[in-house]
Amino acid sequence: MSVLVFLETSDNQIKKSSLEAMVYGRSIASMSGGTVSALVMGNPDNLSEASLCGAKRIFQIKDERFTYSDAQAYSESLIEAANQSSATVMILAKSAFTDSLTSKIAILWKAAAATNVVSLPDSVENFIVKRSIFTGKAFEYIKLNSGNKILSVKKNAVELTESPSAGEIIAFQPNLSSRAFSIKSISSEKATGEVLLSDAEIVVSGGRGLKGPENWSLITDLAKVLGAATGCSKPVSDLNWRPHHEHVGQTGIKVSPNIYFAIGISGAIQHVAGISSSKVIVAINKDPEAPIFKAATYGIVGDAFEIVPKLTQALKAVL
Amino acid sequence: MINQACGSGIFVNFAGNLEYTMNILVCITSVPDTTSKISFSDNNTKFVSAGITYIIGPYDDYALARAVELKEAKGSGNITVIHVGEADSEPVIRKALAIGADDAVRVNAAATDGFFVAEQIAAYARSKNFDLILMGRESIDYNSGIVHGLVGELMGIPSISPVMKLEINGNEAIMDKEIEGGKETLSAPLPLVLGCQEPIAEWKIPSMRGIMSARTKPLVVIDPVTHSKLIEFEKFELPAPRTTCKMVSETNVEELVNLLKSEAKVI
Repeated sequence: MSVLVFLETSDNQIKKSSLEAMVYGRSIASMSGGTVSALVMGNPDNLSEASLCGAKRIFQIKDERFTYSDAQAYSESLIEAANQSSATVMILAKSAFTDSLTSKIAILWKAAAATNVVSLPDSVENFIVKRSIFTGKAFEYIKLNSGNKILSVKKNAVELTESPSAGEIIAFQPNLSSRAFSIKSISSEKATGEVLLSDAEIVVSGGRGLKGPENWSLITDLAKVLGAATGCSKPVSDLNWRPHHEHVGQTGIKVSPNIYFAIGISGAIQHVAGISSSKVIVAINKDPEAPIFKAATYGIVGDAFEIVPKLTQALKAVL
Repeated sequence: MINQACGSGIFVNFAGNLEYTMNILVCITSVPDTTSKISFSDNNTKFVSAGITYIIGPYDDYALARAVELKEAKGSGNITVIHVGEADSEPVIRKALAIGADDAVRVNAAATDGFFVAEQIAAYARSKNFDLILMGRESIDYNSGIVHGLVGELMGIPSISPVMKLEINGNEAIMDKEIEGGKETLSAPLPLVLGCQEPIAEWKIPSMRGIMSARTKPLVVIDPVTHSKLIEFEKFELPAPRTTCKMVSETNVEELVNLLKSEAKVI
């Protein structure tokens, strides 16, 4: 069973989650004696990591018209690359953009699709996979009954391990239909130089306990020391203290970092749903009864305005 | 029968002017409210719905609210809601009518997976002329996040998600789409399928008048179309419970640093 992996980039870097998808794809290929290829847009700085993670062949597209606003061109390219490499399984890292690809490809390529996948299939014959549902509150096992299959893997569900492969680069010029590039991008605003929240290894989030946007240096200083992304609770983004793309929770960004710091966040069930797949949760809150302590691994009861600067200093000393 | 008079087109209003009416389909899910405790029975094969309050999917609720705003701003148009589900979800459909949808369709079948739902929606929408098909970016129960894309592809029209701002200018939609770490402004011609999320609109609370009128608005029940069964459900599973929280004194942040380093080994 040969596999094609889509490598999504951000700031000219293959995203960590896409490398995880690469490792996942490699595992499926090795379960069945197939090969694993990858498709990438542009020339990311860390392209060699894709072959370190097992890519035998890398289809590389260099075409300025490709943007993350238009899923059509990417979908058609992926299908052509899959057909060229005889792949019957496509693996992507779950993101808002790959949701668009997954659904298009499912129809165009007549494939069974599963998003938010957290485990390898039980066997390549049965192809039962486990996926996260109810925003991390449960899982379901589903069987994919189709010759072609497309899976998007949840972030941090796969451990990055190396298995160097040839990584032969193929300059790829797919044949695109007239439906490609019909959506026009007018402008985009993107925070640059910041760690991507959904991809981050460590996330530092603040809640209403911080009392106002003017106090956010507490969060950003700690994040800086840790190389972490910053997040916030829903009330904070609703109050416009922080931009909407920092909202972590059931109706915001779902994160699965190694450490999640919840500072001045009470821990409403909707917030906890968005952080429940974090490895370690650290809660700092002045209310000992705050529900966040039920979800946390480590907790400190006290005033965030005193504790956080001390913690930032203590971490600075050891990192 | 489905009211054919609500099809999109050019109408002559009372003043004798040509007017373009907008025809919107809003797809809604009926999901456990966000505070629900999830549990399963029958050897982890059935969701326990006892004691669960069902709501319009929060993202779908944003889509509906924006549809109502667009119709109000234009002063004309029609909003149809469609839901794939069994009869017990009708209160949720009535709520959508109370919020401002004009009529509703229920496809009488349990929503087994995203493909099934998308095929039902596409089969219904294909025979109509909807300018916009709106829904949430994902359902908060099965979190597939692909139904809008599947519907778009089944109908051969573009789909965009997650849309956090939507304006209609003639035959064109101008949208802000959330991208990682920011947003992108896009334009595309109608018809479109959009997966919506906040802050596209504020959730609307039904007025007493809305609730009264919802009772008599048309709710048509149709049979599902057959579909290709690509996905088979096996079983559910609950995550392992988290271990109890280890408390650290507020005067000893160094201990927390040690725990992160030596015990959890995450820094």
